[in-house]
Amino acid sequence: MSAPAPTLPTKMRPLAPVSFKTPIMLSVVGLLSLVFFGFAGSDQSATFGISTGGDVFMLPDLVMPGIATGIVLGLGMCVLAGYSIFMARERRPTPGWVPMVFAALFIFSFLVWVVSGARTPQISLAGLIAGSVTLAVPLVFGSLSGVLCERAGVVNIAIEGQLLGGAFSAAIIASVTGSPMLGLLAAAAAGALVSVVLAIFTIKYVVNQIIVGVVLNVLVSGITGFLFTTVMQEDPELYNSPGRLPVIDIPGLSAIPIIGPILFRQSIVGYLMYIAVAAVWIGLFKTRWGLRVRAVGEHPKAADTLGIKVNATRFTNVVMGGAIAGIGGSFFTLVAIDSFTKEISGGRGFIALAAVIFGRWNPIGAFFAALLFGFADNLQSILTIIGTPVPSQFMAMLPYVVTIFAVAGLVGKSRAPAAVGEPYVKG
Amino acid sequence: MSQSELSPGAPPPLHTNTIQDGQQSVWVKVTQGPGLVSVLAVFVALVLGGLLIAATDARVAETAGYLFSRPSDFFGALWAAGTDSYVSLFQGSIYNSNQGFAPFLETLTVSTPLICAGLGVALAFRAGLFNIGAQGQIIIGSIMAAYAGFAWHLPIGIHLLLVVIMGVVGGAIWGGLVGLLKARTGAHEVILTIMFNYVALYFLDFLLNTTAFQRPGETNPISPILDANAVFPALPGSRLHLGFVMAILLTILVAWILKRSTIGFEFRAVGINAAAARTAGVNVARSTILVMAIAGALAGAAGVAQVAGTEKVLTAGIAASLGFDAITVALLGRSTPWGTFFAGLLFGAFRAGAVTMQISTGTPIDIVLVVQSLIVLFIAAPPLVRAMFGLNRKPKNKPPKHAAPAPAAPASQGGGA
Repeated sequence: MSAPAPTLPTKMRPLAPVSFKTPIMLSVVGLLSLVFFGFAGSDQSATFGISTGGDVFMLPDLVMPGIATGIVLGLGMCVLAGYSIFMARERRPTPGWVPMVFAALFIFSFLVWVVSGARTPQISLAGLIAGSVTLAVPLVFGSLSGVLCERAGVVNIAIEGQLLGGAFSAAIIASVTGSPMLGLLAAAAAGALVSVVLAIFTIKYVVNQIIVGVVLNVLVSGITGFLFTTVMQEDPELYNSPGRLPVIDIPGLSAIPIIGPILFRQSIVGYLMYIAVAAVWIGLFKTRWGLRVRAVGEHPKAADTLGIKVNATRFTNVVMGGAIAGIGGSFFTLVAIDSFTKEISGGRGFIALAAVIFGRWNPIGAFFAALLFGFADNLQSILTIIGTPVPSQFMAMLPYVVTIFAVAGLVGKSRAPAAVGEPYVKG
Repeated sequence: MSQSELSPGAPPPLHTNTIQDGQQSVWVKVTQGPGLVSVLAVFVALVLGGLLIAATDARVAETAGYLFSRPSDFFGALWAAGTDSYVSLFQGSIYNSNQGFAPFLETLTVSTPLICAGLGVALAFRAGLFNIGAQGQIIIGSIMAAYAGFAWHLPIGIHLLLVVIMGVVGGAIWGGLVGLLKARTGAHEVILTIMFNYVALYFLDFLLNTTAFQRPGETNPISPILDANAVFPALPGSRLHLGFVMAILLTILVAWILKRSTIGFEFRAVGINAAAARTAGVNVARSTILVMAIAGALAGAAGVAQVAGTEKVLTAGIAASLGFDAITVALLGRSTPWGTFFAGLLFGAFRAGAVTMQISTGTPIDIVLVVQSLIVLFIAAPPLVRAMFGLNRKPKNKPPKHAAPAPAAPASQGGGA
């Protein structure tokens, strides 16, 4: 996504083999959406509500005629595809903004198409976006955990377990102490604890990282499920009523349409998300520490030669990642709903893993990937309500299908840190 | 790389192991061998599981209050809490005085899909591939098998055969696709299989809401019942069906593939060292696709065992957590066919007994997940288990080996996760 592609300066290799993969992909998708979203679109108009009741200034609803919008946006996509073909014929790579603008047009075109084809062709854009950000919060935390671990060369399949552990201990500690803030801390501790096990087994005992990750997910699921039944359900009043973290509303700013609620009307977990993304990005790419971490993830032997403690770096990173994912887990029990249930994380750890890859192991990329997946998730539930022709299950599949395309190199190229998954044994 | 920490004067071909074997061979063989570690791992996991049960037990908490004035009460309660659950686990899975060995038949029933899917995971391990996708392969297999079972109406014998073939083919397609993508694009199979699992899950959910799959007059997502000709004949008075024989046959087949066949040799060669296998003339891409397809087919057979044996209908939860249990089964079985078979039986017994345990002692089924995952964790880290029992008698600690034969290989096969 926003990761700068590691391209060599074009001047240095004027006769580089030219790839028509991107132009072909864009052309096919562009033409298909022109036909399906445009010519075969719905003759209804899609209405998007922009302002909500509490906003300072009201914007009128956006009304988009189905077929006309589909054709205009489809033509726009075809123009971009044409430009990409032109660039490829000139033996130059397609600039990075082209696929991004293309994706934006495609998403909007798709949105107009599904909404205009619905029984009640009207949705609130503000609600859609705010809901997407909300659903993305645990994904963002989970993917940051993945980025931190994998940049240091440890595969983190256990994100799911870290989220679940965080959700559980947040619920139980907040219930017992009556303080959601302590619950938040407990969530970070629980995520870190899962990570400590991951780190001990993968780094000290050199067990395959994927095995430990998979098994830890099962273990956490078992322990939380067990304690949920034996402890929480025995006395839900005492053990499973954590209460919610308050939503902190920044006066004035939160009344800006659309971006106000997502940036300035969040719980502390929501604000922490933005801080964490920025901190991890700056940490990894702008500090000496980050350079060392990346060195450990790319070439541990070289890092070791320079005196960097490879396994200690990995250990701290894995534990830090776990703590971050744990905080993400607290979102389920302290923000979204105020109680714990079995498997409350519902596989979101794996979507977070997908966001890591789709975001190319970059915190900001992972953030936007998580937002996209949150958007797909939210759109799916909204579409079920307004009654669209597309079965909701296909919307739910979207993050996974997109990830398959991403790892298969059909949408750009995502490359993992070189040493990820390989234990480092000095010698 | 690090085994080469031999003293400079030592002759190069000598391995650290051989030096020690001379001195304390019997002791080393018994204590360092995989068999003892496996047994100890199961033991430690059961003890930890028992402690978890006891920790949440009301009687234990009560007696802990006067632990120092009368410790015997506390330890008695602790022992009772831990063992009661395991006793009823045993009664639910092997034998009890009321039903005789009927629970054991239930164990066999429950283990059937675990064994089939576990074999799929194990086979892929041997080829250096980490097949987390058994879940999805089971789902696609059971979709195809169930459709053949309730939509077609064929004579006895042929119908069941077609159901089995459809299920196996379904799993093979789903697994083979992953192999194809990996071979062609280098995408990591762990990520691919996880994503394929979810696609399969939502696809099943979608199908069960279509007229083709939903039972007429039903609002719940459930398919019609499979034809009588399409299901495995069952042993009267139990749920045990012919699918268990299929699981035995598949175990023999996988053992044959790995030991006797050319493709099995190629799988193992690729698993041990893909680059060397390529140099030796093995078509690694073909091998990857093939092993994933066969692994998928085995998982598909697990799906068949579910729809045509145990459940007889297709529901959204048809695969339960079988695909993930299959991974632990394969790991416990050390990726060998018969090891997987017996690991499948063990975990099948846990599953079957857990139902009885929950009813009689109130211990939640989730304890099985805990014990199961602890077993695998401990088996994966033999040095940890040996350290717990003070068996690390080696003068110089050898770097610990990987758990399954597979572990090192997937990572070295190219980037990804």
